[in-house]
Amino acid sequence: MAELRINIGELSLRNPVTTASGTFGYGTEYADFMDIERLGGIFVKGTTLEPREGNPYPRMAETSAGMLNAVGLQNKGADYFIHSIYPGIKDLNTHIIVNVSGSSIESYVACAQKMAGLEKIPAIELNISCPNVKKGGMAFGVTPAGAAEVVRAVRKIYPKVLIVKLSPNVTDITEIARAVEAEGADAVSLINTFLGLAIDVKRRKPVLSTITGGLSGPCIKPIALRMVWQTYQAVKIPIIGLGGIASWEDAVEFLLAGASAVQIGTSNFIDPTTSLKVIHGIEAYCNEFGFRSVSELTGALMQ
Amino acid sequence: MTVTENISLHGSYCLLKLTSLQILPDMYPGQFVQVRIEKSSTTFLRRPISIHYVDRKNNELWLLIRKIGDATRAITQYRTGDQLNLLLPLGKGFTISQRPVTADKPKLLLIGGGVGVAPLLFWGAYLKDAGFDPFFLLGARTKEELLQLEHFRKWGTVHTTTEDGSHGEKGFVTQHSILKNMRFDHLYTCGPKPMMMAVAKYAFSASIPCEVSLENTMACGIGACLCCVEDTVGGNVCVCTEGPVFNINKLKWQN
Repeated sequence: MAELRINIGELSLRNPVTTASGTFGYGTEYADFMDIERLGGIFVKGTTLEPREGNPYPRMAETSAGMLNAVGLQNKGADYFIHSIYPGIKDLNTHIIVNVSGSSIESYVACAQKMAGLEKIPAIELNISCPNVKKGGMAFGVTPAGAAEVVRAVRKIYPKVLIVKLSPNVTDITEIARAVEAEGADAVSLINTFLGLAIDVKRRKPVLSTITGGLSGPCIKPIALRMVWQTYQAVKIPIIGLGGIASWEDAVEFLLAGASAVQIGTSNFIDPTTSLKVIHGIEAYCNEFGFRSVSELTGALMQ
Repeated sequence: MTVTENISLHGSYCLLKLTSLQILPDMYPGQFVQVRIEKSSTTFLRRPISIHYVDRKNNELWLLIRKIGDATRAITQYRTGDQLNLLLPLGKGFTISQRPVTADKPKLLLIGGGVGVAPLLFWGAYLKDAGFDPFFLLGARTKEELLQLEHFRKWGTVHTTTEDGSHGEKGFVTQHSILKNMRFDHLYTCGPKPMMMAVAKYAFSASIPCEVSLENTMACGIGACLCCVEDTVGGNVCVCTEGPVFNINKLKWQN
């Protein structure tokens, strides 16, 4: 049987399959459908220092093989997470990784500091790539200097595993990846959603209240895969790949392109058990093709 | 689940009956299911559909479908024996606080319009079983679009309105004489949003408790994506988990 365990910095995951922030709630939402402790990890909903109401409805538009969302980081804030959510998920037998967002360097730092104090949160994913908030979010993630500035500030106060989630809405994602690696990020996760637009032709109005939103789902997979492949050649830190993964074959593609682990996102909405099927499929693939460890797949693309 | 029957109703409507090898789980009126529609290549997300009725004797779930777009049109293509993937039951349903004391039963009015009548059949049947005698007020454009009347009549007194006057009183549900002639203790409504808002306006003015069933656009249906939120007095809440049924006091519909 193939070894499925992989490492992201000092974090050891029982398998490379995790669920993407914003698509899996706090994990417990999915407990009726699957054993969530089978996952390598759960990236929980984006958390900010202060509570956020998010954007007005409508926030979602279905597209060809995907969807646009403009949720806008609705969450009850870091203190609510610590007091009301963390106690209910801290003893899950899988890694809980908090996606941290902010509107300024100070708010990223303050939120990360609060998460650093939680014993059972071994890592955070710094979200410098949310396209649906006016201040902060993606603004930091679209220039190497902006990305470096946030990571530098958070790295100073966050001693555990620091993952940085990158935006695809850039000219060259490898520049951003190199910049955050240079500031001490332990890993990068890519990609967040693509900025997109949907129009209601009968009303001649945008479908979303925010006009634009973030595109996710199988329609973005080839672009995400290309960006993972490029980034693998640009940095030494591990890559967590995501973007439209709907099957184990998709996940294996990301591993071969250079990812050490993957996140399942939008597909959780279509089939809540997608992530379990991906775990089984990767294991079967390793066994069939003679890989003793899933880590041998990372970057094993033959050219 | 397996389709046992697909009954074509008037025009763009159909009644889909589904069964399962397992006993269907407990389901409550006002809850919904999320249907995956593999027969439509343009449909990516599941579609939330109200539970129309649960036939315990035959272990059947009924869905009332109106063909609106590709997804709902594709659902109507499913035939006896076809498999359909559903998540169920989801959301919170209608509520009743009173008891059906024999002397003076609370008068409950269930107001539906178009395909929005769907969850009211299950709710009416539930209320009848619980000892109430519900009233239905069902509206449509024409008499042909008044759906499932024979089923509603099994569970309560049925009143109707049609826009062309071809059945019941002419006009909209909120213009029906029963609202002037009878005093109701509770209103429940599901249908087009303008209709529900008109019912809510009446309920506010007459100080009658009222619940409405919303149908905001959804993705996950289980409270994970936060796409289907309604702006309530308690902030943005997920219609899929906090609703789809809401007391009008929780909504910002007063104005």
